Amino acid sequence: MAELSLRETRAKSSVWLEWTLVGLGILTLLVAPFFVYPIFLMKMLCFALFACAFNLLLGYTGLLSFGHATFFGGAAYFTAYAVKVWGWPPEAGILLGALGAALLGLVMGFFAIRRQGIYFAMITLALSQMFFFFCVQAPFTGGEDGIQGVPRGKLLGMLDLNVSINIYYFVLAVFLIGVFAIWRIINSPFGMILRSIRENESRAISLGYSVANYKLAAFVMSATLAGLAGALKAIVFQFATLTDVTWQMSGEVILMTLLGGIGTMVGPIIGASLVVGLENTLATSSFPVTIATGLTFMVCVLVFRRGIVGEVYARFLGPKGDAKD
Amino acid sequence: MKCWVYDGAMTMIFGIPVQAFLGQLLVGLINGSFYAMLSLGLAVIFGLLRVINFAHGALYMLGAFIGYLLLTRFGIGYWPALILSPLIVGGFGVVVERLALSRLYDIDPLYGLLFTFGLALVLEGVFRYYYGVSGSPYSVPPLLSGGTNLGFMFLPNYRGWVVVASMIVCFGTWALIEKTRLGSYLRAATENPGLVQAFGVNVPLLLTLTYGLGAALAGLAGVLAAPIYQVSPLMGSDLIIVVFAVVVVGGMGSILGAIVTGYMLGLAEGLTKVFYPEASNLVVFVIMAIVLLVRPAGLFGRDA
Repeated sequence: MAELSLRETRAKSSVWLEWTLVGLGILTLLVAPFFVYPIFLMKMLCFALFACAFNLLLGYTGLLSFGHATFFGGAAYFTAYAVKVWGWPPEAGILLGALGAALLGLVMGFFAIRRQGIYFAMITLALSQMFFFFCVQAPFTGGEDGIQGVPRGKLLGMLDLNVSINIYYFVLAVFLIGVFAIWRIINSPFGMILRSIRENESRAISLGYSVANYKLAAFVMSATLAGLAGALKAIVFQFATLTDVTWQMSGEVILMTLLGGIGTMVGPIIGASLVVGLENTLATSSFPVTIATGLTFMVCVLVFRRGIVGEVYARFLGPKGDAKD
Repeated sequence: MKCWVYDGAMTMIFGIPVQAFLGQLLVGLINGSFYAMLSLGLAVIFGLLRVINFAHGALYMLGAFIGYLLLTRFGIGYWPALILSPLIVGGFGVVVERLALSRLYDIDPLYGLLFTFGLALVLEGVFRYYYGVSGSPYSVPPLLSGGTNLGFMFLPNYRGWVVVASMIVCFGTWALIEKTRLGSYLRAATENPGLVQAFGVNVPLLLTLTYGLGAALAGLAGVLAAPIYQVSPLMGSDLIIVVFAVVVVGGMGSILGAIVTGYMLGLAEGLTKVFYPEASNLVVFVIMAIVLLVRPAGLFGRDA
């Protein structure tokens, strides 16, 4: 997705402005639970982390996965099962969920990276549908009912996560760690190689990089972080269901990223907040969510491909005189 | 194949009664007919437009619903619907291509996928809003009701007709593309649109017609499917993912490849239903994974 390249050369002042905005954003999240319903905020944070993990793959490696629900929903199942049936503490359950997602990512990535572009999207979609059917039939997922009544437990045996302010700050901490990890990855030499693959895969190959391994590594990292988000969601909402492994969920995370801005750090967070907010609003009206989601997709693709943050960058912060779409 | 010949009521194949075996094989052949028709449409559209039409399942659903609405609202029966519904769906496709898809040709093909994904969600959402998720039955036309005893099994006439009709459709489309002048323009434009345009062929019109043709094929498949499956808003989205797997297995390089793969995977699915029913949902995806391992370009694909 070459036309979405993040502008690398920026003025000092805009970098400074960015950090101020990031600081303000974190501050807002710290005080937000005193003003907004914490469950809603936590849902937003889980999906924001999910979208950021997805963006690591789409925005920075140029791979469109249509199967990320597998990692999000799969991890939720693993965590819910470990915490509820085995009685694991929440932190161990979440780690297990993320690890399980990493394993799923390794398997799916192994098959999917054999083809490129459009085919990559179709293979991930098909494999994720396969995982969906597996979840419908496997005994440990509880079929149509899912795993209900997952205890939140105590974090490290000390902090009671049933207190809503405790669990909020725990979720916020995990979210910040996850986003920081993504930021580190994309700004490392490894991340630069990922971007070079996005920009021109054959050239990266001719430079001697084993592109397949880099793609697989990026895929597994993205899957792990998506799994972390799903595991967190299972603890927050105390259930894991089939909804989170459907292809609609994979579509939703694409929409969040597209709406916020593919290949931008903050875009997916804003996109996720908007989509979750929109769904919350529509939940009380009779207007179907699918139509709204579909329309947003069509509008974004036709007139708004850079997403909200991408547009802001291009208009106000990016280098001037760059009129290219 | 000779060993399957009927020679008594209790004939068994690998411990399965012949009747049940052939019954599932027929179901597989029917499913395969729809896989073939839909993956054919996908391949035709992708070949020229470089767009993976995620809305293909939704267009199939639209075809079935238009057939259903023609019958319940206007009293127009199955046979006229078989012509009218594809025309309406094709017309809808032409409008979509002109208004939206034509603006996306110059950018990454993934955007075409995302746009048609959104379109599929909207179409599905609209029909869900008005008709709910439960299916509505569409009765088999009187001419084709009942069945025929073939000696070794009982064949419902309508199912037999669907198999024949889908083969006619697939062969017709193949002949249109491989054997006619219009088809030769199409194939040439697939290879090099710029050059074909320089020779005075109206390539944008060709693109529009191709998408219309692909959409009409999906609509036709929908009308054919209506009496077999329930007419429901969800009928397309479940199918399209399997069809994607079919397309990955076959590779989109050849029209014939898409057709053959469609029938083959339908039959494989039917066979799995006989021997290991739990895996029948999964078998197409498993085959896809195996094909990716041994022949990443797909069975009929030209290059990776």
